[in-house]
Amino acid sequence: MARLTHTIYPLATGFHGPIRPEPNKELVSKYGYEHFTAYKNSPDNSDETLHEIAQEIRRDIIRALVEAKSGHSGGPLGSADIFATLYFGGVMRYDAKNPWSPDRDRFVLSAGHMCPVLYATLANAGFFPKAELLTLRKFNSRLQGHPGRDMGLPGIESSTGSLGQGLGIAVGMALSDKRVDKNDRRVYALTGDGEISEGEIWEAALIAAHWDLDNLTVIVDRNNCQIDGRTEDVMKLNPVGDKFRAFNFHVIECNGNNISELRAAFKEAQSIKGRPTCIVAETFMGHGVSFMEDDYRWHGKPPTSEQAEQALSELVG
Amino acid sequence: MAVAEVLNRSISQTLSTNGSAPRFEMNGKKATRFGFGEGLVVLGEKYDNVVVLGGDITGSVMTSYFKDKFPERFFSMGITEATATLVASGLALSGMIPFFATYGAFASCRNTDMIRISLAYNDANVKIGGGHAGISVGEDGATHQALEEMAIIRVMPNMTLVVPCDFLEAKKATIAIGEHYGPCYIRFGRSDVPSFTREDTPFEIGKAQTFKDGNDVAIIACGPMVWEALVAAYELEAEGVSARVINMATIKPIDRLAIVRAAGECKAIVTAEEHQVTAGLGGAVSEVLAQELPTPIEFVGVKDTFGGSGKPDELMKYFGLTSADIKSAVQKVLKRKQ
Repeated sequence: MARLTHTIYPLATGFHGPIRPEPNKELVSKYGYEHFTAYKNSPDNSDETLHEIAQEIRRDIIRALVEAKSGHSGGPLGSADIFATLYFGGVMRYDAKNPWSPDRDRFVLSAGHMCPVLYATLANAGFFPKAELLTLRKFNSRLQGHPGRDMGLPGIESSTGSLGQGLGIAVGMALSDKRVDKNDRRVYALTGDGEISEGEIWEAALIAAHWDLDNLTVIVDRNNCQIDGRTEDVMKLNPVGDKFRAFNFHVIECNGNNISELRAAFKEAQSIKGRPTCIVAETFMGHGVSFMEDDYRWHGKPPTSEQAEQALSELVG
Repeated sequence: MAVAEVLNRSISQTLSTNGSAPRFEMNGKKATRFGFGEGLVVLGEKYDNVVVLGGDITGSVMTSYFKDKFPERFFSMGITEATATLVASGLALSGMIPFFATYGAFASCRNTDMIRISLAYNDANVKIGGGHAGISVGEDGATHQALEEMAIIRVMPNMTLVVPCDFLEAKKATIAIGEHYGPCYIRFGRSDVPSFTREDTPFEIGKAQTFKDGNDVAIIACGPMVWEALVAAYELEAEGVSARVINMATIKPIDRLAIVRAAGECKAIVTAEEHQVTAGLGGAVSEVLAQELPTPIEFVGVKDTFGGSGKPDELMKYFGLTSADIKSAVQKVLKRKQ
């Protein structure tokens, strides 16, 4: 019996012409992007180092959004600590220079609208030049308004954006790894909290538990905010952890803006056998920027130039 | 392609069509779903990365054959059509060739958003099997009689859509989509329908096959309506009308050349499908003709209505999906022919 193989990554059918948008040169130089050296991913990185990287991710989010003049601020800023821990704390295994390596761990951003934080994280890890962050949402950019696999951006495993779909895709990846290929790769998926209203999330949870996918870690970014308001006003979600417990997940509730708690949570998730893990990461939307913090009105808009200056001045160290 | 160029090419190709092959004869009856089930087993024997997801009705859409033979590569998803489609996408992005089959009503309508983003936009190598196609489902009634899949799947970039005409072609088509990269949908039926294609009848994705030559009118059909078209054409022959029968087994990408050739040579077209005529095969053929060679066309199919319970045969008659209905459509289009 043979394996019928195809080249799956990178896909590059989505280019709408040969020319990619040029990042603003002045800004590239102002932000020092041309001299940037990627951060290393290591369990030896201290909590302080990871915090510094998270702050850098936040600065890059603000810089990209103010240049794009549209996009989501709140969720990306609030979840930067989760991303810093995952990608730089030695949690995920990847090689930014060989992004489609067959033994990589995989990350699926089910909450596709939060892509500014993923793009900023990938750039800080060296998947692509940081200057490209300044092309976010521009015509023919690899950094689409919601992740598009068709643009072939290193580190983007799947198109996402229609809420509720990414977790099911991650379950399929974990099923492939654990039940068909029987390898030791791990799959991570991040959902927004408003997103878990979608029924497909709970179907995916059923399937993940049914097939004992202990190689799957779901992170719920629990910031209690969605576009229309506080989640408990729009659609009551509590108790989130108990819901996943009832679906036979191992559940860890932690402060999602605390690096050391996140590290412990990911470590615990890796040690669990026989069932998937859900990390309910309690975060504040817009964390790190005083005028955005815990304010749902920052879900889906970018800062103005003045607000960006203010935000960048707060996001130090 | 310019019309003249198409027609020039068609003259040389007419000589080499399958149309002069021996007349097709009915060789018993068997539902196309069994061809899908057998095709999966062939693929499973050939490739170790072919996997199948079950949607609870495995004995109905015949994924049970694969489940029995390769239990380690069969994964039950419960009754979660939408998420099973997403899981299939994740498997495909991992290098697997996943098949997920359920009733077409759910495989297409319920799953439209999943197919749009996670299969088509993702260009994921997933194969969706949509069973219980058309009103020949019979007694289960309108909720389970899928009449919209061609319209839904056809509009999605990257998708391939095949609609085999009988058991043997369903088996060939299943194997073909398994070996073809990209998201595919195969439409098959529940009830027994005439078997008439032969082992040597060609099947190629994207290629229409001329099953009978003729120059007065071309009947372009898919699925079990191909047999009805042949019956109609053989009867018309005795009545002095030379009808060509084209098996349009691939709805997307559609064989534009075959359509333009048929229009150029026959100057009258009838389409026949067990599906809504809107945006299905009739719609697809019309789009090509409107652009390339406007030609009188009549549609045989379900006309903007839901199905209902009943015996398959009586339903096919009531909804106008028999060889007699095709003959009427031919008479009608011949009157419009210039």
